[in-house]
Amino acid sequence: MNYLKVLFNGIVKENPTFVLLLGMCPTLGTTSSAINGMSMGLATMAVLIFSNLIISLIKKLIPDMVRIPAFIVVIASLVTILQMLIKAYAPEIDKSLGLFIPLIVVNCIILGRAEAFAAKNNPVASIFDGIGMGLGFTLALTLLGGVRELLGTGHVFGLELFSDSYGALVFVLAPGAFIALGYLIAIINKIKG
Amino acid sequence: MAYILIFITAIFVNNVVLSQFLGICPFLGVSKKVETASGMAAAVAFVLVIATIVTYLIQIYLLDAFGLGYLQTIAFILVIAALVQMVEIILKKVSPSLYQALGVFLPLITTNCCILGVTIQVASGTYAAPGLEYNLLTGVVYALCTALGFGLALIIFAGLREQLARVAVPKGVQGMSIALITAGLLAMAFMGFSGVNNGLQKLFGIE
Repeated sequence: MNYLKVLFNGIVKENPTFVLLLGMCPTLGTTSSAINGMSMGLATMAVLIFSNLIISLIKKLIPDMVRIPAFIVVIASLVTILQMLIKAYAPEIDKSLGLFIPLIVVNCIILGRAEAFAAKNNPVASIFDGIGMGLGFTLALTLLGGVRELLGTGHVFGLELFSDSYGALVFVLAPGAFIALGYLIAIINKIKG
Repeated sequence: MAYILIFITAIFVNNVVLSQFLGICPFLGVSKKVETASGMAAAVAFVLVIATIVTYLIQIYLLDAFGLGYLQTIAFILVIAALVQMVEIILKKVSPSLYQALGVFLPLITTNCCILGVTIQVASGTYAAPGLEYNLLTGVVYALCTALGFGLALIIFAGLREQLARVAVPKGVQGMSIALITAGLLAMAFMGFSGVNNGLQKLFGIE
């Protein structure tokens, strides 16, 4: 198996946000700015890499019947560890992401990759799949966050590109999330041909 | 009066889908027909109220009592998963007709983040309920109103998408793209309610 191919598969061909349309709640809920989107993406990526690794290591020990509950326990434990780490070392991120950190548990990307990839492949390939999918998700969230922040406030990553007074605040608010993502998907569909 | 305030706030002002972004997957996934959307909405309301009661009791009498607050995420997701299975089995036995109506949607609910999100909000008392104490009753009222808000958004959106299927959509934005833009316009309509809760709060004299 070609590991590089697995890696790029997640970033471009099977991008979880733009192509597979998975994990829409954090995608829309946490992308009010580029930095928020990126922190959510990185948090999800961390859980995804470790859950893929652990599940591909213990896949032979888990009876087929209780597969899904076992995966959920692994993922929930990882999310709990991450939640504690973020609370301790990055309280600002904890404040801005809030409820969406425990909700990583029900992010369909993680359970989906566990079931579709990690349960069938070796640990190394699973790590690469986790990195690829995680990067794809992070890039998508950062892009969406950047677009919304730019159109809404004229800033990207806090860097001023044009004045606040030209920004359309609606892009930072809830409706802008749906509309910006809708047009981004249309643009990406066009580029892919 | 305070309950009316929760009702209006949870359904219109802080709509669970259109302003809090919880439960987007079923909102986009099962909104092609009004009929299936109503089934999903009913199943969510049913599970959400039961899950709120059970997780609230677990939070107070198990997690808080023994200082295990950090196990909240794991405990809640397992309880919800088990609960959904149980509800499915009981419904099959007790009310086959209701099971027929909700059956297909029940397994999907485990990974609906609106359930886990709302139960965490209720158990940690972070939901907005001015003038009321945090207890089981207000929590359940909040959960029920949230579920109604979810149902309202889902059914309106399904109606819009049924109409959308009859019109000629430009090729580039076909499919999920136009659905998301429609959802954005719907969210914009719901933004018209923002501030209503503050006005009502003043009207009812709740601090």
